[in-house]
Amino acid sequence: MSTATTTAPTPGGTRRPGARARTAPNRPLLGLLGIAAFLLLWEATPRLGVVPERYFPPVSEVLLTLAQRALTAPFWEAVGHTLYGWALGLAIAFVAAVLLGFALGAAPRVRAFTTSTVDFLRPIPSVALIPLAVLMYGTDIRSTLLLVIYACFWLIYIQVLYGVADVDPVAEQTARSYGLGRLARIRYVVWPTTLPYLMTGLRLAAAVGLILSITAQLIIGSPGIGQQITTAQQGNAIALVYAWIIATGILGVVINIGVRALERRVLRWHTSVRGEADT
Amino acid sequence: MTTTHEHTPHHLGERSAMLKVTGLQKIYNGGATAVEAVRDLTFELAEGELVCLVGPSGCGKTTLLKCIAGLMAPTDGTVELAGQPVLSPPPGMAVVFQEYGRSLFAWMSVSDNVELPLKEKKLPKARRAELVAESLAAVGLTEFADAYPWQLSGGMQQRVAIARAVAYEPQVLLMDEPFAAVDAQTRADLEDLVRELWKRLGVTVLFVTHDIDEAVYLGERVLVLSNSPTVVQDDITVDLPAERDQLTTRQDERFTQLRAHVYAQIQQAKKGTTAPAA
Repeated sequence: MSTATTTAPTPGGTRRPGARARTAPNRPLLGLLGIAAFLLLWEATPRLGVVPERYFPPVSEVLLTLAQRALTAPFWEAVGHTLYGWALGLAIAFVAAVLLGFALGAAPRVRAFTTSTVDFLRPIPSVALIPLAVLMYGTDIRSTLLLVIYACFWLIYIQVLYGVADVDPVAEQTARSYGLGRLARIRYVVWPTTLPYLMTGLRLAAAVGLILSITAQLIIGSPGIGQQITTAQQGNAIALVYAWIIATGILGVVINIGVRALERRVLRWHTSVRGEADT
Repeated sequence: MTTTHEHTPHHLGERSAMLKVTGLQKIYNGGATAVEAVRDLTFELAEGELVCLVGPSGCGKTTLLKCIAGLMAPTDGTVELAGQPVLSPPPGMAVVFQEYGRSLFAWMSVSDNVELPLKEKKLPKARRAELVAESLAAVGLTEFADAYPWQLSGGMQQRVAIARAVAYEPQVLLMDEPFAAVDAQTRADLEDLVRELWKRLGVTVLFVTHDIDEAVYLGERVLVLSNSPTVVQDDITVDLPAERDQLTTRQDERFTQLRAHVYAQIQQAKKGTTAPAA
């Protein structure tokens, strides 16, 4: 018998910082080419008469309209309204979901008690609440907030519940053996464990929140990009409708880039970010 | 020192009992089936002693360790640290777990990992920095203070966990199969590190392992546990010179004898026959 040889190989070991470099070089270039091809196609189809220019103006016209509008104050006012509704709603949903998620994560019985209700409420589309929002708040910003918060809350809340339940028992025991109390364990163990889940929830909620912020303005008519789109459509300013649509797209991309950057920063220690497949 | 030593006749001489386990029993209640993991364990560790605990796999070593650490309440029996009953994790005890990768916090740097328990101990900042620097130096990781644990090799990660335990300045250091997941060479280095730290700090160490060679090489005493439900099957004094060396000690004739003896005891434990202590 030789018990000294019954050891497993070391996990982790050396890092491979260049592991992702293989596919990287051509990506940005291909991306740019793809956009160029898309713009060219858009420019060509109405000009060649494939689709009527009245309903589908060439991209040059749309971009020109967008550029002109972007120089005016009302444009940024509308963007500001949309972003305000989005950010405030997202923030409220985030705080509420985190507080409630952590509270219920610590109380498994209450959690079990509420699970069925949550599973019922969660799939209700926020837009189904529009009549209710109008009834309660009219075209006030609170209508937008109600929709944004409702949609974002569940997305984040569910992730927090998963995260809180994912605490490694060894980490938990380590913390306890070193005398970390309940609050210290929440701060140093449960919170960091939940963070990757929380960031996923935030990323999803950020995208959905923007959709609902614009939807609310579009349908309810509270000020913002959505309302501008309706106005442009009613005034038959088709190029402007497209210009606003592009603006929302850009806004979505910017928000996504922002959240991703935040995620990389907050989770720089996590396997998903450090790009390495050990545990 | 007025304790009676009916179960630990060795070594206790003038040294007082630092860790005392009396009649410890643990039954896991899983609905209809109750599993008795530990039946009746009684042993003592004198102050400054290094004792290894071996036993066949599944004999409840980890259960025992969790009860001693105050992480789990025993069904019956008591654990005392320096005369005080252990009901929750006591400040005078540090645990080094086998799963270093999960025991170290990936979201904290090496030095933050070591410092966190000291913060909870409310030590002043200067003292914390001092302890962190000292303990990292003691395990040879000074230059990795700002690295993250996952940037280090397995052996280095376990060194961080040891540094964290040492910085905590425990009276008793519990080690739960700490080197079961590192390669053989790293393991030898870490064993010598434990001996060295033990001698330098005078801390009482309870080292749980499934490795007989390791138990004999490290310990002043080896406690052999029986098969589940567990009792102390044998208590062997390791009368090897205090200065141990991976090469010469392991070639020592006495080392081979002791190892054979422990091995035989474990084989018997596996079969479930409780042989009289040698």
